[in-house]
Amino acid sequence: MAVSLLVPTALRGFTDRKAELTFEGDTVKEVLDALVGAYPDIKPHMFDENGQLRAFINVFVGDTNIKSTGGMATKLSDGDTLMLVPAIAGGR
Amino acid sequence: MALISDDRLSELSFEELSRYSRHLLLPDVGLEGQKRLKAAKVLIVGTGGLGAPLALYLAAAGVGTLGLVDYDKVESSNLQRQVIFNTRDIGRPKVVAAAERVVALNPDLEIKTYNFSLSSRNALEIIKDYDLVADGTDNYPTRYLVGDACVFLKKPNVYGSVFQFEGQATVFDATRGPCYRCLYPAPPPPGLVPSCGEGGVMGVLPGIIGTLQASEVIKLIVGGARPLIGRLFLFDAWLMRASELRLEKNPDCPVCGKNPTITELIDYENFCGLKDTVQEPIPSITASELKERLENGDKVKIIDIREPHEQMLFKFPGATPIPFGQLVRRMDEFDPTIDLVFICKIGQRSLYAIRALRDAGYMGPMYNLKDGVNAWARDVEPKIVAY
Ligand SMILES: [Zn+2]
Repeated sequence: MAVSLLVPTALRGFTDRKAELTFEGDTVKEVLDALVGAYPDIKPHMFDENGQLRAFINVFVGDTNIKSTGGMATKLSDGDTLMLVPAIAGGR
Repeated sequence: MALISDDRLSELSFEELSRYSRHLLLPDVGLEGQKRLKAAKVLIVGTGGLGAPLALYLAAAGVGTLGLVDYDKVESSNLQRQVIFNTRDIGRPKVVAAAERVVALNPDLEIKTYNFSLSSRNALEIIKDYDLVADGTDNYPTRYLVGDACVFLKKPNVYGSVFQFEGQATVFDATRGPCYRCLYPAPPPPGLVPSCGEGGVMGVLPGIIGTLQASEVIKLIVGGARPLIGRLFLFDAWLMRASELRLEKNPDCPVCGKNPTITELIDYENFCGLKDTVQEPIPSITASELKERLENGDKVKIIDIREPHEQMLFKFPGATPIPFGQLVRRMDEFDPTIDLVFICKIGQRSLYAIRALRDAGYMGPMYNLKDGVNAWARDVEPKIVAY
């Protein structure tokens, strides 16, 4: 499946400043593995030492958080859009 | 149940009927909605980029009592976005200058100012007197503090945050939806997401997000509207793209879940990893000391971890530019017998850079340029502008 991945500003420093990437993958895990394969610098920021997605990043497929659809095992369809949504705190 | 109960409503004066006529004409607001606004008490935490439009629009809308919390003073670099201040306010406490502007706009309101930081010691005591909170702060410890306090006090938390060109907004109300921790159980490790003071922010952006927060505040008070509860609004001004994501309550949430494990306010600095209790301190070097070492011809290697566009503002003499994200991968390039000095804008990201290299096993001596390039501009080369 070809899916697009939207990268937020906070993580674009690790993706050559690209905001949208296209990857092949049948599950969220396969796509995020492909992301880390293409941009290794992003890995420690997205995953902890045990390979778990860090708690300040949410992954949405369409408008739905993967927390409610099976996490990293969430199945994807062709043309799906994945979005990484990190906590940001600015306001002043 | 209405947020503002009927027994708190009072009649509008002749002047008020005239001032708020455009609200009174709206069938969904009307006289009753305007009376609720008049009776409402809203606490705005942070009187900056988000707090400015919040305070101005809520005052204009006739919210009867506004509380303003901020410990800071107005600086010239605030004026690019904090439109509640004038140039002549530079150096004045933000809450004082903001209150003055709000009173000028709407003299009938009651304004309460809190010229200090919200903390675990004072937050519940302050928030309990308000109907709801609008969060316009700029750091993770205060975000979690406001979020938790609102869960404990059962108050809606009208949330907005911005970074560079991106904004997020939602309403956290644990009585009928998720809380901040349901969405973000823990903050990012220190250093990953720079603050607006380091990463920058488009001045208009907090205007857009803060105005959205003001709109949600008014809707919650008036009642009957569809609030932004259980939905996260995302906005990217650079791409001009908006999205709406569904948020769900986490049944295992430590503060609002079925079996909460956190039932009182905690030490949020510690929670966000901002206390160096276990880590050994990092040696620093001042700008003047660095200058002296360079003049003496000492062997030091300066690593500039700022972004390329920041280096355009001021190219540090003799420094090797390596962006933060590449440091660990490129640590083999360093000679561990030579002192490394890490520099960034204010000496904060450089601390995290040194920690990241230590964690990755780099053994050579590393120093942090205290207060960063801004200290160099202040103490060594005053003709450079601190940015
Ligand atoms: Zn929660």
